[in-house]
Order: sequence, then structure tokens, then C-alpha cells
Amino acid sequence: MLDDFLVRAALAGVGTAIAAGLLGCFVVWRRMAYFGDATAHAAVLGVALALGFGTSITFGVVIVALAMAVLIHGLSGQGAAIDTILGVLSHGALALGLVAVTMIPGQRIDLDAYLFGDVLSVTRFDLAIIWGGSAVVAAVLWWHWSAMLTATLSPELAYAAGINPRREQLVLTLLLAGVVAVAIKVVGALLITALLIIPAATARGFARTPERMALLSVGVGVLAALGGLRFALIFDTPVGPSVICMAAALFGVGTVGAKLRA
Amino acid sequence: MSLISAKNIDFSHGGQRVLQGVSLSLEPGEIVTIVGPNGSGKSTMLRLLIGALKPQKGSVTRKPGLRVGYVPQKLYIDPTLPITVERFLNLPHRVAAKDAAAALETAGVPGVGQRQMSQLSGGQFQRVLLARAILGKPDVLMLDEATQGLDQPGSASFYRQIESVRRDLGCAVLMVSHELHVVMSASDRVICLNGHVCCEGTPEVVSVAPAYRELFGTGTGGALALYRHEHDHGHDHDHDHHHPKHEAAE
Repeated sequence: MLDDFLVRAALAGVGTAIAAGLLGCFVVWRRMAYFGDATAHAAVLGVALALGFGTSITFGVVIVALAMAVLIHGLSGQGAAIDTILGVLSHGALALGLVAVTMIPGQRIDLDAYLFGDVLSVTRFDLAIIWGGSAVVAAVLWWHWSAMLTATLSPELAYAAGINPRREQLVLTLLLAGVVAVAIKVVGALLITALLIIPAATARGFARTPERMALLSVGVGVLAALGGLRFALIFDTPVGPSVICMAAALFGVGTVGAKLRA
Repeated sequence: MSLISAKNIDFSHGGQRVLQGVSLSLEPGEIVTIVGPNGSGKSTMLRLLIGALKPQKGSVTRKPGLRVGYVPQKLYIDPTLPITVERFLNLPHRVAAKDAAAALETAGVPGVGQRQMSQLSGGQFQRVLLARAILGKPDVLMLDEATQGLDQPGSASFYRQIESVRRDLGCAVLMVSHELHVVMSASDRVICLNGHVCCEGTPEVVSVAPAYRELFGTGTGGALALYRHEHDHGHDHDHDHHHPKHEAAE
């Protein structure tokens, strides 16, 4: 079954949608979209470094995304508004990655695969990374769910209950790096944030509790992944952007639907 | 032993000294109110006591195993986060449905469990925060300007609720407020703070203390009576409409 590239692509899409759908809720609730961008863009630099040092690309992506996650977590503790610094880091890392890749001698790799995703070429090994990473993200979220939700509602309430909200934020930021590593093959570095935000935003109108929203968000993500893949096969369009288009379309339908229902 | 005590606290923020040499302690069962003008370090003091901030000098000692019920100044819930009152009461720890219902009853908002937090009026919202705080059977209830945004009958009725909660649970209460006339008469002890402890004592003692009068003028002395003669109108119980306060809060 796994010999079929379409089956592998579908499984990759579903695995990614699970991790992104769950974590995406926190990204929306905490307004961390910029964090997602910075971490995802840093992954391109990770690809370049991995090629330069001849290590595995997944390894390079994870290391650089984690480093970026820790860096922005540290900066966010300074208290000042960090939007601008995040913008500099995010686009600086992206540009540096794009430049660095061209400077690697003898390498002419197709960077498009990492910018926009290349889900039709995922290998069994990629699948293992995607589902393994997704399982880790889901498990950590399960374990930390209550604490993270409390810290998201109010850092003071968290402190009063013996929860350290800074630690919860660090965990979330590290999980973002994990989702980036999982999703880069599927939708590419440029559209990872979209996969985090759009399914969660679509689910919002139909949920009464945070948990319901998270599950719905996963559902929307899976639907977008499979629908986008199908669309791409029929119309011969790139898969990653097609998945995001499908998610955006679901958001549009969902928003109108929620309005009509209300 | 005291539930919480702070010794010689110094705290600076952004190069600005907020608190200097502040000591205070809270005994079981007493209601203590910290009053002071804006920027006097009242909320900072409370955050130091719950451990959200660390003092640069001095120490905060909590009784081992102390359970704190905290009612924040305001709670901004992002509109993208759907949450029912019942779910909110279950954070961070699950509670039995009947305990949650009882806590809502004690806090004066029975039966709102299935409502969205965003649909509550200002007074209901603060009472739900109170319900959540008392669910953990706290040894001490801490309230940070908990009646901001409520009108005067609303906050007077909220503070009467606090007194009745204290009677029911026997917990100590530490409040921070600038609404002197409403809170002071409900307190066993008042601490007047302005970067340091200006004066301390029963409401009657503090309200005539020179340091207090210097900070707040003499006009508020007569306002103590205002609270005592107020009657319970129960104004803010039945408001069903969406209250814009929380969206405007951030």
C-alpha cells in the first residue's frame, strides 16, 4: 500500500493536518502567527546548512527551527513589543537561506520543494518523520493541555495555580519547530503558518469549548489536505498551495455557514 | 503561622522603583485590603505574593501547601477562544459538576454553566472568576481590583458576596483596591500603600491617619458610611446582553 505515491502523499497530508490543527488553535488563541512564520522561514536556512554540512535535511531543519524557537522565546520575555524583531528574524533567515543555498558548490537543488512543499515525493522515511513528529506534538499537547490553556487565559491565574506560564510558552514554541519539521515536505516553509491558522479559524465558529475547536480544526485540516491533493491531481496544480486554497475555501464556507446559523 | 508573609520587599521595574522595604503578612481568616493611589505598587505587591514576580530584595514566604484562589483585575479572553463557564471552572484541574454548580451558587451566579464566557455581563464575569477561585477550597482568596468596570451598586454587592464567601469558607481574603469607600468597611485590616507601607490598621484607624489623609484627602472619610447604608439591589444579576467591556479591555 505504501508503495503507491498517492497513498504516501495522502498519509503525509493527514499526519501534518493532525499536528498543525491541534497546535494551530494555540497559535490563533495566543496570536503567535508571527512566531510560526519566523520558525518556518528559519527552516529554509536549515535546508541550506544541512546541504552545506552534508547532513540530513530533516536534521538541519529541526536544529535551526528549534534554535529560532528558543531565540524568539527569549526575546519575547524582554517584555517589549517584538513584532518588528520577529519580522527581521523571520525574513532575514528566509533570505539568508535562499542566498546560502546558491553558494553551496556543486549543489543545484530544487529549493521549490522546501518553499512550496513536494508531497508527491515523500518517502517512507519522510512518512515516519511526519507521523512520528505529529505523534510527539499531539502527546505533548495532551500532557500539557490544561496548563497551557490556563496560561493562555491568564498568566496570573497560571502562577496562582502553580503553573509557570513562561515554561508553557517555551513548550509551545518548541512544538512549533516540530510542526515546521513535519509540514515542510507537505506545504513548504512559506505556507506552514497558513496550515496552522486557517483550520483553527474555520473551526472557531462551530465550537463551544477549546477541545471541540481543536478536534474540529484537525477535521478541517484533514479535509483540506485530502481535498487539496485531489484538486491538484485533477487540475495538475502544485499540491501545497492547493491544500491551502482548499483550507481557505473551507474557511469561507464555514464563516458564511456560521453566520447563517446564528 | 501566617499564611503568607513578605519581608522587606524591594521591587523595581524598568529602572523605576515600585516598592521599597514593604513587609506585610496575612493571618488565617482575616480580610485585609491594600489601598493606594494608581501606580502605588498595589497590583505589583499581589503579583509578588502569588509568585508571578520575583522581588529584587527581600523574601516572600508562603505556608507550605497553601492554596491560593486568585481573582485577577481583568481577564481578557481572545474572541477566537470559545469557552463555556463550566469548562473555565475546570481549569487547570477537573472538578465535579455538582461542585462547579455549588461554586457558581456561592458566587451568586447560579445556572450560568453552559453560557459562553464572552456572553456574560461584567458583574457575572467577575462572579464566575470568584467561583473559579473558591472551587479550589483556598486558604486565601486574593482579589486584584476585582470590581473594575462595575458600577457602584454592582461593586458594593460584589464585596458583600466576598464577605459571605469568607463566612462560608473561613478563608483569608487579601484585596487590592482604590475604591476606598466600598472596600474599607468590609476589612479587618487596611494597609495603605504608596511604594512603601504608609499606615496600617483597622479601617477606622487608617481613615483618620495623617498619611492616609495626605494621600486621599479628607473627603473620603464620610464615604465609609455610604457602603454601610447601601441596600442590595441585585442590579447586575439578570443582564443577559453582551457586555462590550471585555472586548474593549485590551
